[in-house]
Amino acid sequence: MPKPKLPSILLLFLCAALVSAGPAAAQDISVGEYASLTGSEATFGINSDNGVELAADEINNSGGLLGGRKVKVVVEDDQSKPGQPSAAVKKLINSDKVIAVIGEIASSRSLEAAPICQEAKVPMLSPGSTNPTVTEKGDYIFRVCFIDPFQGTVMAKFALDTLHAKKVAVLSDVTSDYSKGLSQFFTEYYKKNGGQIVIERSYSGSGKDKDFRAQLTAIKAAQPDAIFVPGYYTEAGLIGKQARILGLKVPLLGGDGWDSPKLAEIAGNSLDGCYFSTHFSAADTAPKVQDFVKKYQAKYKTMPDGMAPLGYDAMMILADAIKQAGTTDGGKVRDILAKVKDYDAVTGKITIDANRNATKSAVVLRVDGKDNKFVASVAP
Amino acid sequence: MSRYLRSKKVWLLLAVLGSALLSRFSGAINEYYLQVIIFVGINITLAVSLNLINGYTGQFSLGHAGFMAVGAYTASIVTLGVPLPLVTYPEPSAALFARLLGALVLAFDHAVNAVLWVANSGVAAVHGLPLVLQFVVALVAGGILAALTGLLVGVPSLRLRGDYLAIVTLGFGEIIRVVIQNTDAIGGARGYSGIPNYTTFFWAYAVAAATIYIVVSLIDSTYGRGFLTVRDDEVAAEAMGVDTTKYKVVAFVLGAFFAGIGGGLYAHTTTYINPAGFDFQRSIEIVIIVILGGMGSTPGVAFAAVLLTVLAEYLRFVAGYTFLPTWLRQLAANRTIIYALVLIALMLLRPQGLFGGLRAFGASATRKVPKAA
Amino acid sequence: MARTISLLRRSHPEKVGLRQWQAWEHGNMSGTEFFQQLINGVSLGAFYALIALGYTMVYGVLRFINFAHGDVFMIGAFAGYWLTPKLMPHFPGAWMPVGVCVVLLTAMALCAGLGIVIEKLAYRPLRSRPKLTVLITAIGVSLLLEYGGQYLFGPDPKSFPDLITDSALEGTGALTITRSQIIAVGVTAALLAALSFIVKRTKLGLAMRALSNNPTAAALMGVNLDTVISFTFGLGSALAGAAGILWAISNPSIDPLMGILPGIKAFVAAVLGGIGNLPGAAVGAVLIGVVETFVGGSSFSSYRDAIAFSVLIIILLFRPAGLLGKAQVEKV
Repeated sequence: MPKPKLPSILLLFLCAALVSAGPAAAQDISVGEYASLTGSEATFGINSDNGVELAADEINNSGGLLGGRKVKVVVEDDQSKPGQPSAAVKKLINSDKVIAVIGEIASSRSLEAAPICQEAKVPMLSPGSTNPTVTEKGDYIFRVCFIDPFQGTVMAKFALDTLHAKKVAVLSDVTSDYSKGLSQFFTEYYKKNGGQIVIERSYSGSGKDKDFRAQLTAIKAAQPDAIFVPGYYTEAGLIGKQARILGLKVPLLGGDGWDSPKLAEIAGNSLDGCYFSTHFSAADTAPKVQDFVKKYQAKYKTMPDGMAPLGYDAMMILADAIKQAGTTDGGKVRDILAKVKDYDAVTGKITIDANRNATKSAVVLRVDGKDNKFVASVAP
Repeated sequence: MSRYLRSKKVWLLLAVLGSALLSRFSGAINEYYLQVIIFVGINITLAVSLNLINGYTGQFSLGHAGFMAVGAYTASIVTLGVPLPLVTYPEPSAALFARLLGALVLAFDHAVNAVLWVANSGVAAVHGLPLVLQFVVALVAGGILAALTGLLVGVPSLRLRGDYLAIVTLGFGEIIRVVIQNTDAIGGARGYSGIPNYTTFFWAYAVAAATIYIVVSLIDSTYGRGFLTVRDDEVAAEAMGVDTTKYKVVAFVLGAFFAGIGGGLYAHTTTYINPAGFDFQRSIEIVIIVILGGMGSTPGVAFAAVLLTVLAEYLRFVAGYTFLPTWLRQLAANRTIIYALVLIALMLLRPQGLFGGLRAFGASATRKVPKAA
Repeated sequence: MARTISLLRRSHPEKVGLRQWQAWEHGNMSGTEFFQQLINGVSLGAFYALIALGYTMVYGVLRFINFAHGDVFMIGAFAGYWLTPKLMPHFPGAWMPVGVCVVLLTAMALCAGLGIVIEKLAYRPLRSRPKLTVLITAIGVSLLLEYGGQYLFGPDPKSFPDLITDSALEGTGALTITRSQIIAVGVTAALLAALSFIVKRTKLGLAMRALSNNPTAAALMGVNLDTVISFTFGLGSALAGAAGILWAISNPSIDPLMGILPGIKAFVAAVLGGIGNLPGAAVGAVLIGVVETFVGGSSFSSYRDAIAFSVLIIILLFRPAGLLGKAQVEKV
């Protein structure tokens, strides 16, 4: 048998890794981030990461934190796979010695990392995990987005009061905790207030299913007044297109997962006149929003989707907390984070409540060609 | 002395004692490295058990993640001790056809609830035990349920060969995943969280050692030669009076049992499980370890488990090496590309696997297979 | 009967809960809905069939699962994505159909080239090795194409350009039949016929069948194994490329991981029909497409991912060599 050269080379590299994996220069403040940069949900992870990086650049360009110390974002990819966040976050905390962790968009992956951050007493800020259970994992776990019960209620209210839709069909993504949560809370409120769910169907999201004709044909036969599609834009665009071809003319309703320029790109004009709730409107004239959109476009040459401003806000709120705490000590930063009140973020005025969730208003937008028209803002 | 070193029991004892000893120092090392080291141990268990099916018996299973899922969920249900909600009975319907079907569904629901009641009482009883015993019971329960699933998969698949078997086992694995995804009582797509962190260094490696010991002893026994005959020439084996059916079923059941235990260990180190983590791509990862290690070579497979698990984590660091050119670092950040390239390169350079041809420990390395069974 | 059922439906409007058993009630589905689902199912099956034909051809010759086949399908869609804006402006107005054919054929040629290169670099050196070794290489190639695609094209979904405007045909009453569905079924049928002709009537086809029967004997009879295998890979990959473009016209959102699921489903279809058997692959694919569609439309839609496999397992229990496959007696 020839000598196994490869293992010995790898061993050498491993030693190099152990040596080079020391903490960052004392000057820098290391902030960890775990995100789905590759794999089936990479498009969300990359967008929120873009937001985080943009915020970090901005902080560093305006002199850094705590007397000129620069923020260094250490990003770990979790490949959109369960099992990965635990290793990634343990690396961030133990090898990179980060003082706080930002992540994830998907609640299922936040749920995996949250207990680890809690045990290590490292504050974790989720930009976009809307499932209520995430922050229940401990007092070091925060989020800067609203939660499913709120968003589901907003859309149910909108369907009842504004659209006067008496019968709604629900088409949700069975593989996504986000989609299941949103449809659950939508259904609860909608039924309690006199609405009728005429049919429920589901599909497999994150790029798996591309053909929704079977579900849509069944939905068409049930003759709903509107269809609630709590999924991501990767599917919602196609669902819209196929619904129109099948002759389903009723409006489709969605949540913040729809929020991306890709939606209209894929759907063409088939979703015109449909509504979704989200965190912010890129067309909002507020200077904070316009400023963000301009900077984002300058850096990434594309329009931000719904995840980008959330990543940006998470980083900014964290930086603000470090500044106020005057230290990078996890416990002190946590205490400041718990007291955030009326923070003026891109995605609205954020107040962290007793359950460490952000309370802020949602906006309802109407899809209209490439632009989304602002319809209403709903306070919590 | 050397006589003792040839005894596999001594090796097993040494390994278990060694992991118990080393486990006492696990607090001293970086938690991240500890996590990776524990993942390595679990992957050894998974790969060695799959090697029994794929390597020694020559059956091509692509459903190991499914067995792992059964073990992971069962063990977690036991240690968490939250009773599973009973199924609600359907309301009677007016239509005749629906009424007939309704009666059937009702009967089925009663059966399901009876099973759930027994399971819940069992879990409640286990919770009177000390934590260590609870964990052992949980792991074994996971293993047994996975083994039963293995039986369920193995028996109907027996008529199938090669690629037909591969796609059917893959299918079974996916069906298990979809069923879990649709079961809200255990979290559904949201996953199952709050599982206690019981898997220590000791458990990961004691189980790995036990798996290796059992598989190696089994294959080296007279009985175990039957597995190899099924692989080498099924028709000839049958002609010689070897009960090939029985061997295949035993391989499936035993492989699934250890996969279930591996799943239980996995659940108790990540403390969170999600059906998406047990999809066919997870099965493929384990198959890759087996083939890379050299099918039918237990030490080779164990070493490949170490190598591939460490490699996947090690690539995290390559992206951070400032002495590398930027494009290479960006490429390394996309770990799966490197992983795929390594896989292709290794297969082209060493198609028999890294340690193909290398046999089990001790005496068996030189012992020849007897000519007649 | 129909009246009773419709009454029942109105009186139990929200019975679509956990138990979901009402779905089994007969007449839950109107005639229109039934035929619409049948159309949906057959056209979905036609897409699966196009991919499955490639799988089954490669398997017939080499007896191994080309796991990267679904990713060649993805490359086909991306080739269409790049070629359409570059080529279509040269074919204005009435020339459009010619342009579509040019784009389709160019993408097919690209995929054929890719398939031949993959076979030459990754599979050929391992030809004398156990099939499992080649399988792992195939998995490696598959991962490389998927994640290399994410690296090069970006992981976000791309909107596929309007190569053919997909719209519903007129005059079909309450039923919706789209152009892309007609094209998919037509192209699949035509390619199935063409392939059967190649395999059964041409010299190359004879060589393929000889190779499939006994590679050593075929080589001794003067069949050039390398040429035949390259040709088969090229042809199979071209089919996957065509399927990629047609799929993208019908579902105009493409991403680098789009080939995984259709690839698996098509493989299931190929095995279901009896792997290595061309009409079998088509029959299996249509069966899977139809069953999947009916389940997707029922209240069991959340189990849709498992359906293709359940059908496969049930059928293999009774016909271990697939629907149209011949059980092979193992030689001693």
